[in-house]
Amino acid sequence: MLSVKNLKVTYGNIAAISDVSFEVPEGKIVCLIGANGAGKTTTLRAISGLVAPSAGTVTFKGANITGTPAHKLVGLGMSHVPEGRRIFPVLTVKENLELAAWTVKDKVEVKRRLEEVYEMFPRIKDRISQLGGTLSGGEQQMLAVGRAMVTGGDILLLDEPSMGLAPVLVDEIFDKIVAINKKGTTVLLVEQNASEALEISDFAYVLEVGYSTISGPAKDIASDSRVREAYLGV
Amino acid sequence: MDKLKSMKLLMAGLIFYVVVQVLSAVGVLNGYFMVIINRSLIGVMFAVSLNLINGITGQFSLGHMGFAAVGAYTSGSITTLIFKLSPRHPEDAVVFVVAIIAGGIAAAVAGFLIGFPSLRLKGDYLAIVTLGFGEIIRTILNNIAWVGGPRGLLGIPKFSTFTVIFVFTMATIILIRNLVQSSIGRSMLSIRENELASELVGVDTTKYKVLGFVVGAFFAGMGGGLLAHLLQIAHPTQYGFYASALILIMVYVGGIGSLTGSIIAAFSLTFLTEGLRVGIDWLRDTAGVPIGTEWTMVIYALLLILIMLFKTEGLLGMREASILIIKEKQG
Repeated sequence: MLSVKNLKVTYGNIAAISDVSFEVPEGKIVCLIGANGAGKTTTLRAISGLVAPSAGTVTFKGANITGTPAHKLVGLGMSHVPEGRRIFPVLTVKENLELAAWTVKDKVEVKRRLEEVYEMFPRIKDRISQLGGTLSGGEQQMLAVGRAMVTGGDILLLDEPSMGLAPVLVDEIFDKIVAINKKGTTVLLVEQNASEALEISDFAYVLEVGYSTISGPAKDIASDSRVREAYLGV
Repeated sequence: MDKLKSMKLLMAGLIFYVVVQVLSAVGVLNGYFMVIINRSLIGVMFAVSLNLINGITGQFSLGHMGFAAVGAYTSGSITTLIFKLSPRHPEDAVVFVVAIIAGGIAAAVAGFLIGFPSLRLKGDYLAIVTLGFGEIIRTILNNIAWVGGPRGLLGIPKFSTFTVIFVFTMATIILIRNLVQSSIGRSMLSIRENELASELVGVDTTKYKVLGFVVGAFFAGMGGGLLAHLLQIAHPTQYGFYASALILIMVYVGGIGSLTGSIIAAFSLTFLTEGLRVGIDWLRDTAGVPIGTEWTMVIYALLLILIMLFKTEGLLGMREASILIIKEKQG
């Protein structure tokens, strides 16, 4: 569904990622793991058009989308949950979700998608008229994921969904990611919390200072001695 | 976000219009007061249109009067020229309206040009560029001989009556209200709230930022045109930084994103300017305190500081005047 080949992104003279390649097959969960500064976030940003790559190609559903602006990719079926959640703080929960339906013209469909989010996140439904900025960190993350669900992408890009959350909430968020995936959405997950991410993923890629190095089925990666030593702390 | 009801808005406008007309007819409001009311209405046009750029779209423009200058000089040049060619032109009203709209369009073009840096710049840096834009316009006008140079564009026919200004002001308020409460307005608001997030839900942020500037500039240009045809002069000093700052103060005092706030603030501050002038003249001439009218700006600055300290979000904040809004069910 999504294929990244020899992607390179530079900020000024500094290469944030130098050579990253990976594949995300339809219906699977793929995770990119790596330390701080490995280029995980940059990779996601380059895929969803927030930064322009200086080399390499991104192919989505068979079409070359390298350098396509982010707002157009939303219409093509790509949903990105950015790092740090980025919800709209002074809009209510409902307005946050409605705004996500920006590219959907059919009102019945919008309503159906909102219902889907409420079903997935009952806690969000309880807070429907509350301002986004007053939600707890975990609820904001749920709202951000819910917002991406409403945009209705075929692929969901998640940037560090566990960041800053209590362990019990991390488990809940990861359960929801699996549930969303079971409904047919392909997931590309970027995580520092490697052990949790590997547990729910089908495939994994390790990013090291701008290069994709080790790759394979998530189970093999989780038992790979190099990965265990460097990222899992065992 | 509060939604303004257009019927209530129209009703309030009509009541205002009738009251002013009656008071003017019975002589309570003399010519002097009518000028202040007219200037207040034009101030409303400036403040509401700047609110679209600064308040709704979240960009920061410090050169709003630059757009007004473009409108004033464009429409002023058109009418003076036609007036010179045929002093008793039978279609005065048509010429005038066309000239005002042409001024708005010229300002919109300027807004389009200045909208582009806003794609790359944020906050303070954008403020510096727009400030520079305002000064560039002023300096250019100061140096073009055929629009009067530093003498100003003189002999503009007096077309702006209370009725004309009122109609244009109402049109501005209602059109901007419609824009703000449409999906376009929501997209602009989402850019102010979080540009990255709005890009990621599919909002073409580039388009709506430029659109904010274009529409804001259009109405400011028409306001400038009306002002020129009210005062019968367009002068570079009317459109400098001082004037832009005054509009900015109106927007911040009224409340960022609140259209009714801008309307109230435009009226209050225009009247306050006059009141302060009278007060300061009295202090100087009668009480012998050695101060001049430049002290109005000191008082404005103080007012702004006090509002920032005690009512950070302005008089109305994000809200609208409650009698004019649609009550929405929660949930």
